[in-house]
Amino acid sequence: MLRIALLMLFRDRAKYMMLIVGLTFCSLLMTQQASVFCGLMLWTSATVRNIGAKVWVFDAKVEQVNEVIPLREIEVTRVRGVPGVEWAVPLYVGIEQARLSDGSFQNVQLVGLDTATFVGRPMQITKGRIEDLRLPDAVIIDQVGIDKFRQKGITIDIGTTFEINDKTARVVALCHANRSFLGQPYVYTTYDRALQFAKPQRKMMSCVLAQPKPGVTSSELADRISKLPGLRAYERDDLFWNTIWWYIKNTGIPISFGTVVLMGVIVGIAIAGQTFYLFILDNLRYLAALKAMGARMPILAAMVFLQSFSVGFVGFGLGVGLTSIFGYKVLQIEQPPFFMPWQVPAFVAVIIILICCFSAAIGLRQIAKLEPAVVFK
Amino acid sequence: MNPHEASSAGSGSVAVAVRNVTKIFPNGDTPTYALRDVSFEARCGELTMIVGPSGCGKTTLLSVICGTLAIDSGSIDVFGRNLGSMSASEVTGFRSRNVGFIFQQFNLIPTLTVVENVSIPLILQSWNYRKAEEKAAAILEDVGLGARLRSFPKQLSGGQQQRVAISRALVHDPKLIICDEPTASLDAKTGHHALELLKRSACAPGRCVIVVTHDSRIFSFADWIAEMEDGRVVKSCPAAEYQHA
Repeated sequence: MLRIALLMLFRDRAKYMMLIVGLTFCSLLMTQQASVFCGLMLWTSATVRNIGAKVWVFDAKVEQVNEVIPLREIEVTRVRGVPGVEWAVPLYVGIEQARLSDGSFQNVQLVGLDTATFVGRPMQITKGRIEDLRLPDAVIIDQVGIDKFRQKGITIDIGTTFEINDKTARVVALCHANRSFLGQPYVYTTYDRALQFAKPQRKMMSCVLAQPKPGVTSSELADRISKLPGLRAYERDDLFWNTIWWYIKNTGIPISFGTVVLMGVIVGIAIAGQTFYLFILDNLRYLAALKAMGARMPILAAMVFLQSFSVGFVGFGLGVGLTSIFGYKVLQIEQPPFFMPWQVPAFVAVIIILICCFSAAIGLRQIAKLEPAVVFK
Repeated sequence: MNPHEASSAGSGSVAVAVRNVTKIFPNGDTPTYALRDVSFEARCGELTMIVGPSGCGKTTLLSVICGTLAIDSGSIDVFGRNLGSMSASEVTGFRSRNVGFIFQQFNLIPTLTVVENVSIPLILQSWNYRKAEEKAAAILEDVGLGARLRSFPKQLSGGQQQRVAISRALVHDPKLIICDEPTASLDAKTGHHALELLKRSACAPGRCVIVVTHDSRIFSFADWIAEMEDGRVVKSCPAAEYQHA
């Protein structure tokens, strides 16, 4: 009877299409919005992923990577003194103002790397050499910066100069870096030069990057460093998740995206539930005839659930497929943020299954109440 | 014996025995007696008609005979099986194997083709889909619809739809055919042809056909007529002796 159930569904084209469109839209809305949310959360932790150090040491009050409370440089020595530290280097991260040759301004995320080791260097140099960062006034700029300057009519290439806080910066290499939450270009330079570019303060160092010795785990080392007064150390993954959770707790972003996802669920329930209910109502007398002819309730239930789940499966597939195409396209231009971990389609699949169960249940309720004798009326 | 199987019976033996059956529909403080102490028999090899005016209880009697409606008192034996002694599930199984239905509105599923509609009783008995369609096609050939196997019900005339409904009722070789107002949706000529077909293909030794109707034009097809009035069988006699008031 399952084949009969599918034929009944597929050949009622108007309702079948309505169900598919409803569930596709619902699935698309939930998957796309959840993926954009995940992408946005990834952007918040871009610095962690770009720098990549195993242990990060901040002021004790710092809760996430984009929150900088400057440290004294002596803290590097204190961290180096902790048992289990292989090496520790200073890092400068700060938002500075770059002035272009035409006089316009652009905020940049300035990253000052340890001059000797370049720990935290960009993962992908697309043009030029990292070693050239030791040349006078040298900076490396990422693709976002190249694109932003291009929008302002300035072509960035090796040798291009601009100013950061009235000090000359000369591009010696181009790189690709993960985009930051605020979309500011990453500009890499050496730690010492970053301090020259930045506006002077009593404390200048943003954090200390550390590496555990072999045999010491990152979390063990972070625990040991955190025992130093005034310092707090994070293992890379902890800092990554702390940053994301900080944005989830302290901004309205989850509520905004959650509302849209909820709307997707409501649209799915409203369209799919109602259309499926109408489909069952339209077929009620035939289902009653089947009941009279000897179709037991489990068979009818299986038919209804198969019909419901088949439209759910197709709607889910189309929704996730369309989201994937959207993601593929936007990843090429890196805007809006997009990241679809397996949990997103899994979550959407669960929601679609619940919608299908709900739709089937309200239809089945009608069938269960149906007296087979009604076919003689 | 398989609980779903009816015992075989020869022509002339009692197929359906209804004894002192009462059916009450609750209707607020004044319950409605649809059947009042009804006793009635239908025999194998015969076409029995239950006749009477609208609201006299014909359809209710039909419903209790095929087990789609429970009775309040009395007993119903169908081919030697007492429906009251069976569980709801057993009655459903019994019905799927032993009863063929022809409904007033045909109740052909509009999104299924003719051959798919006719094969449903076989599929309900777990027949292979292809074999069920083969048997359905064969019976549709017999009723002259061999060229319309892949048509949809709405593409057929009322008479053709009735022939499909008759085919669906017969395809699984049931022992009891239940037919509710078979001519109600048809004009006189088409209704006459439908009854001819029913009489020719359904009436067979070992099979009982019960037709509910108030259409006196088709009484001549009956072997036995039971007349109902106000929930009671007031007359039950061979068709030849029946005189319609």
